[in-house]
Amino acid sequence: MSKKEMVRVEQLNKSFGKLHVLKDVDLTVDESNVVVLIGASGSGKSTLLRCINFLEMKDDGKIFLEGEQVDKDTHNLNEIRQRVGMVFQHFNLFPHKTVLENVIEAPLMVKKMPKNQAIEEGKALLDKVGLGDKYDVYPSTLSGGQKQRVAIARSLAMKPEVMLFDEPTSALDPELVGEVLATMKELADEGMTMVVVTHEMGFAREVGDWVVYMHDGRIVEYGNPDELFERPKEQRTKEFLSSIL
Amino acid sequence: MSHFFDVFIESYPYFLQGLKITLYLSAASLLIAFVIGLFFAILKISNIKVLGWIADAYIWVIRGTPLIVQIFVLYYGITEIILIDKFWAGAIGLAIHSGAYIAEIIRGSIQSIDKGQMEAGRSLGMTKLQTMRRIILPQAFRRAIPSLGNQFIIGIKDSSLVSFIGAQELFGVSSSLGSNSFDFLTFYSVAAVYYLFIVLILTAIVNRIEKKLARSD
Repeated sequence: MSKKEMVRVEQLNKSFGKLHVLKDVDLTVDESNVVVLIGASGSGKSTLLRCINFLEMKDDGKIFLEGEQVDKDTHNLNEIRQRVGMVFQHFNLFPHKTVLENVIEAPLMVKKMPKNQAIEEGKALLDKVGLGDKYDVYPSTLSGGQKQRVAIARSLAMKPEVMLFDEPTSALDPELVGEVLATMKELADEGMTMVVVTHEMGFAREVGDWVVYMHDGRIVEYGNPDELFERPKEQRTKEFLSSIL
Repeated sequence: MSHFFDVFIESYPYFLQGLKITLYLSAASLLIAFVIGLFFAILKISNIKVLGWIADAYIWVIRGTPLIVQIFVLYYGITEIILIDKFWAGAIGLAIHSGAYIAEIIRGSIQSIDKGQMEAGRSLGMTKLQTMRRIILPQAFRRAIPSLGNQFIIGIKDSSLVSFIGAQELFGVSSSLGSNSFDFLTFYSVAAVYYLFIVLILTAIVNRIEKKLARSD
């Protein structure tokens, strides 16, 4: 069964000064799939994610969204970013706004949604991520896990077609990781297309449809979780997996 | 000491007039200074180099010359071209002066906001301008309030220099009264009390705003 292609990158290259961070990266993400990017820090995972929603500008290569090539010269990047949600390692919630205000900000400002509709939808999203009792508190009063769930709700409020997660649990205390992963799993089960950079191999194995191992700016190996974790083909993948498992 | 109180009470109609002008002068100049400061702060953080240079040049000239020189140059410069009254010449002079310091305060506080805030705004599809206005600036202002309050206090005291182009604000009034009676010490001391009073009130206001805004931290 052929699925609809949501994101494709072709021959992506990116350098920071002399540092060549992404080298000829090709990646395709089909609708409703969860692709998990793994690899050591500095391997280019986060940069790849940030190039997909143009928070970093690629040097070279092509990016396709739902089959259409998008680029900064031909498209309004603000419109592209509305279709690609992003969740950050450090949450990046707006500290001067309440939880609900965080969630409704972009629908109000960007989509010009009527306020009562934005509030209704925002509350529904916060209920969904288990924060129905936290509408009016400020982010500083929340735990890390709660903050990240607000960040997920904030991103979902724009009804993105794809969600990017950049190490969403790396800044969390170990006991708070589970609640965020559970929220992400729920999202995946509902059919959200997701690209996730994480060090949580349990999540990669359980929720991921595909796992991509990156090393030194290249995709070394690509496979379904069972294959990649049980029978890695490449020597580098084997070494990486044995170093972390 | 009782002489001081007698003078203080007897002279209050004159000083109230001076106080009024000091307050108007300070309010007008600081309001304009804030707009100037915000404008040059944004020039400085813009990606366009030339705009940054313009802001740098402005700040360099203002910080590098005494306020009294700026007031005189402006007053005699402007009155060459158009007739402008002392009040507005003084207010504009003070505003251009404070604006340079306020620009640096605002620039510093904008740059102290975590860059993840801009990224979060942009990742939601907000434009750079929307993110600046809705996300970055509110946080930056909150962070700038203690320094801005301090700069406002300096601005109020600096307004005394406008008396040198003839404005009858607090310092001007005390100079006039002093030279009429040769009792300079007493009249300048009375002026000092008025300044202390203004600064006391302003400090209380700034503290209150700070506390109110701290509720989300």
